[in-house]
Amino acid sequence: MQGQRYEPFAHHFPLSQFLQQLLNGLFLGSIYALIALGYTMVYGVLRFINFAHGDVFMLGAFTGLYLHKLLGPMMAMMPWPVAMLVILLLAMIICAAAGILIEFLAYRPLRDKPRLNVLITAIGVSLLLEYTAQLVFGATQQPFPVIIPKGNIGGLGGLTVTITQVIVLVTAVVLMIALRFIVMKTKLGMAMRALSLNPTASALMGVNNSVVISFTFGLGSALAAAGGILYASLYPSIEPFMGVLPGLKAFVAAVLGGIGNIPGAALGGLIIGVTETLVAGYSDTLGIPSGYRDGVAFVILILILLFKPSGLLGKAEREKV
Amino acid sequence: MSATLQLEDVTIQFGGLRAVGDLSFGIQPGELVGLIGPNGAGKTTVFNLITGVYTPTAGQIFFNGIKIPGHQPHQITKLGIARTFQNIRLFPSLSVFDNVRTSMVMHQQHGITHALVRGPAYRDEEKLIEAEILDLLNIFDLRGMAHVPCKSLSYGDQRRLEIIRALATKPKLLLLDEPAAGMNPTEKEGLMHLIQFIRDKFDIAILLVEHDMKVVMGICQRIIVIEYGVKIAEGTPADIRTNPRVIAAYLGTDGGGEHA
Amino acid sequence: MKHHTSHFALLLALAVSLGVSLCSSQLDDYYLDIMLNVGINVILAVSLNLVNGHTGQFSLGHAAFMAVGAYGSSMVTLEMGASMMRVLGGAGPVAESVTFLVALLVGGVSAAVCGWIVGMPSLRLRGDYLAIVTLGFNEIIRVVLQNTNGDGPFGGALGLKGIPAYTSFFWVFATAAIAIYTIGALVNSTYGRGFLAVRDDEIAGESMGINTTRYKVLAFVIGSFFAGLAGGLYAHLRTTISPEGFNFLKSVDVVVMVILGGMGSTVGVIVAAVVLTVLNEFLRDFEQYRMIVFSLLLIVMMIVRPQGLLPAGLFQRRKRA
Repeated sequence: MQGQRYEPFAHHFPLSQFLQQLLNGLFLGSIYALIALGYTMVYGVLRFINFAHGDVFMLGAFTGLYLHKLLGPMMAMMPWPVAMLVILLLAMIICAAAGILIEFLAYRPLRDKPRLNVLITAIGVSLLLEYTAQLVFGATQQPFPVIIPKGNIGGLGGLTVTITQVIVLVTAVVLMIALRFIVMKTKLGMAMRALSLNPTASALMGVNNSVVISFTFGLGSALAAAGGILYASLYPSIEPFMGVLPGLKAFVAAVLGGIGNIPGAALGGLIIGVTETLVAGYSDTLGIPSGYRDGVAFVILILILLFKPSGLLGKAEREKV
Repeated sequence: MSATLQLEDVTIQFGGLRAVGDLSFGIQPGELVGLIGPNGAGKTTVFNLITGVYTPTAGQIFFNGIKIPGHQPHQITKLGIARTFQNIRLFPSLSVFDNVRTSMVMHQQHGITHALVRGPAYRDEEKLIEAEILDLLNIFDLRGMAHVPCKSLSYGDQRRLEIIRALATKPKLLLLDEPAAGMNPTEKEGLMHLIQFIRDKFDIAILLVEHDMKVVMGICQRIIVIEYGVKIAEGTPADIRTNPRVIAAYLGTDGGGEHA
Repeated sequence: MKHHTSHFALLLALAVSLGVSLCSSQLDDYYLDIMLNVGINVILAVSLNLVNGHTGQFSLGHAAFMAVGAYGSSMVTLEMGASMMRVLGGAGPVAESVTFLVALLVGGVSAAVCGWIVGMPSLRLRGDYLAIVTLGFNEIIRVVLQNTNGDGPFGGALGLKGIPAYTSFFWVFATAAIAIYTIGALVNSTYGRGFLAVRDDEIAGESMGINTTRYKVLAFVIGSFFAGLAGGLYAHLRTTISPEGFNFLKSVDVVVMVILGGMGSTVGVIVAAVVLTVLNEFLRDFEQYRMIVFSLLLIVMMIVRPQGLLPAGLFQRRKRA
């Protein structure tokens, strides 16, 4: 029994490599989760898919870029965590305003119209943001400034984790906890939950639905903006169409977790991030092109719609007859 | 005589809520039965169970001896059960004629290939269908309105069109969900005649859910009363009118102490 | 009487396209090319209209079915064309036509099969899910094609070259005429009430004995079939195809035609396809503004005139009462 035992998988699947991929997936997944939260919240209150959400993510990254250019000298004087925080918060505020404006101009006039019309409008808004961004910012890739210092965290055995990755994960987790607090403990959060359960009843109970909807768009857009800046910190090259794929994947994450369900969106984001990273990391072993990573989310989407359309944590809805 | 419709201990549970519990009743061919109960008693849920929109958690539903649960709604319609809806559900973008024509699809002998080739046999059938629809509209005095959009009909006529559309599926059992809702007294009077007329002319059984006691008491041979999804009484209009549990359920008073 | 008219119209259209085709050498190449583009877009728009307009579903992946048709038919002519010609007695107009017909049908049927596979799971669900699934399918097809081996039958990211230029005026406009006739005959028959019932009210439709799932899948399969034919015609017109040519934006182009013309209005959709294709051609210099205008059009249309510029009711013949 001793000697050269043939272990077919030991060579292809060393544990440390697997853990490394898992970690990488976790960092990416936490960003998907941030974007997915916006999809799920808007779906919760308005029952429609805000197609333009991925483009608010893109807007967040560009806002970060331009803020950094604008505040350049000031930035240099601040310690980097403060600089990061300033850019993050300002971009979140600006994008929240943009989200509220989009809802007010494009979606509010369609409040009582068929859902299909709102969906088409959302596609229109998405394309409008992308092509206007292309006109304004240019079609080429732009480098995103290095705010977080480069370098690795030591003492993790064979694993490589950069400071940026840690910051991304910590920020995402903090934002999700903050969101949970807002939704569960504040008055507006409670109104949001009431509205998503029953719009008519919540209006009768004295909730101003329009205010709550604006608030939801603001909140979702702020999270998307944060996601955009974190994503650009991880992959520091941004362009007007950068939001399309992450946006779609985050939407799949929201469906996977159960659309309308906030913890579900976070869970879905992590699952998509990890699966995608694993597929890319093991593409050689699996014998598939690594480019397939971008198809993974859609395969998951079709599978979830086939087997559990209400999502992992969602409840099935029945139409009233 | 075997029953047209037979419910046996039907129960449906939505999460923790038991919307209908151990409900049993039967409807004989050609019978006109009323199903009444206070708001939220589960009347529409019973319709949705019979038409396959919901599947019962327990119990069995037979239609002419065939088990209903497990069939999809369109299959149940083909078996011979038609319905109307509490909140009118016509096809809003279609004309009066085309609303009724929709019910003819399932009776058509000629399918998609014929519709594409448009041969003589297919054309003859389309003519037959057209004649049949116009006849049906004629019976209910809507022939003149055949080609107007259904949305432009008066409220009462929309209700009637929904009944005609259901009849066009050639059912053996017709379920009417609050047909008198929103009608004025004259329209209600007309509706009562209409329902009796349909029963006699088309020789079908009718199950009527209705809030208006005058309508139900005036035309139904038998009435079933449910409260919280459970049957509390069944009998002729005269029986029901004097039943203390029914009075208690409707008035919310302790009618004779039976309502513990 | 009405039915004879439609047969006559179809025959007339076929005859005219054959006639024009025979003297197409007299036409200016540039204008002929625009006309063929117009014809292909008419096929795409009319077939998408069956799904998005008449049946009220919302597909965002029409370009994917076009891609399947383009690749499927090109593989027939490229890989098997020569041997087919040999069997048919050597190169010549007849052998060429038969080969092309077989290629087109293979493309169309492959697209229809894909439509069935994608449609079965997603059509049980609400409209906005279908939009995402079809969009996802569009991405999957593109990703898969792009990651194929460059030397293989799909040609990788560069696509296929040297496809024989079989597409002529006759093929395009005969297919367009057949598409218009087929979808018109279907929708205007008693059988076709099923599509409209699905669009108007699925629950009421089921209650009238209509198998709504079957109608949705049928609309999707027929729509995909014609998109596949359009793809085959496109491939044998351009003679080169690449995965990028069938991206999401191509699908959006077709959606814009359907919405602008009026969902469910065959005449409106044809007019929109013609006008937009010609406009695109003449506005080539303003490419960067084109999508901004398109997206604004979508948003404004949904708010101001959701029924489209030439809605269905406008052309309905007044029937004798």
